Amino acid sequence: MKFLTGLATFLVVLLSIVFFVVLPWQGLVVIALALAAWMGLTRRGQQAASVTGVGVSTLGQRLGSSAVIVIGIAGVVGVLVALFAMAQGYADTLRSTGSADTAIVLRGASASEVSSVLSHDSVLVIGQAPGVAKDAEGKPIVSAELVVAANLPLKNAKSSDDFGSVQLRGIGEEAWKLRKNAKILAGRKPEPGKYELVAGKGAQANFSGLEPGKEIKLGSQLWTVSGVFATGDSFESEIWADAQIVGAAYRRGSSVTTVFARLTGADAFEPFKAALTSDPRLQVDVDTTLGYFSKQSEGMSKIITIIGSVVGAIMAIGAVFGALNTMFAAVATRAREIATLRAIGFRGLPVVVAIMLETMLLALIGGALGGLIAWLIFNGYTASTLAGGSTGALTFQFHVAPSVLWTGLKWALAIGFIGGLYPALRAARLPVTTALRES
Amino acid sequence: MKYLHLIWAALFRRKTRTILTLVSITAAFLLFGLLDAVRVSFEQAGQSVNGAERLQTQSRLSFIQTLPSALESRIAAVDGVKDVAYANWFGGAYQDPHNQIFTFAVSPNYLDVYPEVEVDPAQRKAWDATQNGILAGEALIKKYGWKIGDKIPLQSQIFPNKEGSKNWNFDLLGVMKSKDGKAFQSQMIILHWKNFDETTPYNRGQVGWYISRVKDVNDADRVAKAIDALSANSDHETKTMTEQAVMANWIKQSVNISLIVTSIMGAVFFTLLLLTGNTMMQAVRERTSELAVLKTIGFSNTSVLGMVLAESVLLLLLGGIIGLALVSVLSPAISQGSGGVLNLPRVGGTTWVLGVALALAIGLVIGGLPALRAMRLNIVDALAGR
Repeated sequence: MKFLTGLATFLVVLLSIVFFVVLPWQGLVVIALALAAWMGLTRRGQQAASVTGVGVSTLGQRLGSSAVIVIGIAGVVGVLVALFAMAQGYADTLRSTGSADTAIVLRGASASEVSSVLSHDSVLVIGQAPGVAKDAEGKPIVSAELVVAANLPLKNAKSSDDFGSVQLRGIGEEAWKLRKNAKILAGRKPEPGKYELVAGKGAQANFSGLEPGKEIKLGSQLWTVSGVFATGDSFESEIWADAQIVGAAYRRGSSVTTVFARLTGADAFEPFKAALTSDPRLQVDVDTTLGYFSKQSEGMSKIITIIGSVVGAIMAIGAVFGALNTMFAAVATRAREIATLRAIGFRGLPVVVAIMLETMLLALIGGALGGLIAWLIFNGYTASTLAGGSTGALTFQFHVAPSVLWTGLKWALAIGFIGGLYPALRAARLPVTTALRES
Repeated sequence: MKYLHLIWAALFRRKTRTILTLVSITAAFLLFGLLDAVRVSFEQAGQSVNGAERLQTQSRLSFIQTLPSALESRIAAVDGVKDVAYANWFGGAYQDPHNQIFTFAVSPNYLDVYPEVEVDPAQRKAWDATQNGILAGEALIKKYGWKIGDKIPLQSQIFPNKEGSKNWNFDLLGVMKSKDGKAFQSQMIILHWKNFDETTPYNRGQVGWYISRVKDVNDADRVAKAIDALSANSDHETKTMTEQAVMANWIKQSVNISLIVTSIMGAVFFTLLLLTGNTMMQAVRERTSELAVLKTIGFSNTSVLGMVLAESVLLLLLGGIIGLALVSVLSPAISQGSGGVLNLPRVGGTTWVLGVALALAIGLVIGGLPALRAMRLNIVDALAGR
């Protein structure tokens, strides 16, 4: 019988955790309101409220053991939020790179820009496709770009083996027209026909020697850094130069890897795609930049989220047992008090609710603390990675988004829920006479 | 040692509390074992004895840039080079573009440069003789349930074939194995470079990178410089590094693993310190009168101090060893169960040593304060309950 109740409780806990995890924040507000109404309006609810009041007011006297719950949960939530903020920042950077009304055209079956090849003729055909926006002079806003990679020494490099890969994008004047968010921060744009390049803000932070006016060596050629640009998305992890010159330096002739096209609107994409994919002169894949860059981040964000969840789950197990320990001790020290309450007519439910609320309150404080610490340390923290199918280091910033904090708080509440339930049940089940006799 | 049963009894005086604390400690060390094993396996990537004698020559400009195939005979002529192989990136995926598989188009002698990769001699012979043949790693064959003789369709995300299609078809002729699956070839497919070069219109006799073995490992630096000197000031300058350095460079660019592991473990152990520290304080406070009795019957101050310290160290060691043992048992089981999809690293000796040392250190720190308090205990006050 005892085993069966134990099993039943365990199943209830599992179900409520699953329910809780999928619950949106509105659901939680409804539950909180219902609980408040119950405490305000019914007799049992009022009992529960007064018992909770006693428990919470004595928290100060049990500062040490209460702190165990708060800090334990703060640790879990802090690590969790930091890892999720990393995934979020990575995905945000790539997602903001694209929009629904610009299209990217690559040679069919190309995994990334670097592996694509498009001839000069194809570029002309793509510019004539329906749905492409025209500029004031009536020219289509299409940018043919040649993406390659280059090795550069890393910042703080100790030896010549400390180099990293950066994406080098050969562009023309159209690239600046197409990307309205691209701004020159210092210096000027590279001049056509010269070995000059502009460095993205992210690339500049990652690699050494990318200050305006300096010269860098790519392979056997010397290039002058003419300026620094920012776009606020993943393009600023790159360095840009004149497409003709990049083509010459990398022996690519007049071919390009990618064509970006500004469309007249998001709804112009389908006809644009249909026209290009059915054109017998071309063999290309067409996507919106939004779709393309979101897809690039998918795998990586998923991996970080899974790692974060596994690490968080193991830490959560530790924290649950820490909370259980503290709450069992708290219930034990208050055994006589609880028994007295029950002797004068308080029922079991208010006692259970009171202890659960107390634990969840502590958990909430812990969760908020952990989230705050993670936000203070990691929000805006800059990291870079080569992973995720790109051929150059991608610089991104950790982003402690509200949704990430909310996930952290949910974990905190779930830990508090389990940590409080068993001690609460014990307190309610303890025979009154035994508890009163305990010293 | 003679007090062990006494310490043990004190530890399990309150069973629930000790067991709950033990589970917390176990969880912390479980996480430590997992993360540290990951860190160690990242650090040791490519650091085999065979890896040290292999040099990798790539384009100095970028790893995507190819090199002329004429360089092969010139590298082979460099003093100190034993043999030279070469390979190209193929960019294969199986069935779904997301199922990416490391696929290299390689020279006929590629496997000779990797003596740790074991291929059945009959299978090797069949592969050598079949233009369209491939060899696949043991882990891949298990993962996708392939059999020798199967036709394997692969999508190349870089190179179309003659018809302009990304879909290539190959005959699977053999398995690449290695002792305890350590060589990266057990996750890989190789095809003939010649077949690749003739089938795709985009390669035109180019080579991705050269792998050369040196005769003397200590001579590797000089040989690397000599190889790079071959193409200095040409339009295809090269960068030659040991396989080990290439791997380390790649990992460094991808993920700062040690920073992540250190910060997570920092948070975990800080939390653990407070959690268990509080438990130990509580345990000693509860036993004040018992400790006074011990002192009354003649236990010295230092032995009381030692006993409390030993108790907390014992608690941490128990939890730590259980946690590390769990990872050691679980990670091969998970790797096995997932059929090579999830490859969790093994918990090595360094992780164990580090783990046990950490348990000892944390135990001493946690036990310190309660132990001092127990040592300074005044018998009369303690017995009187003051």
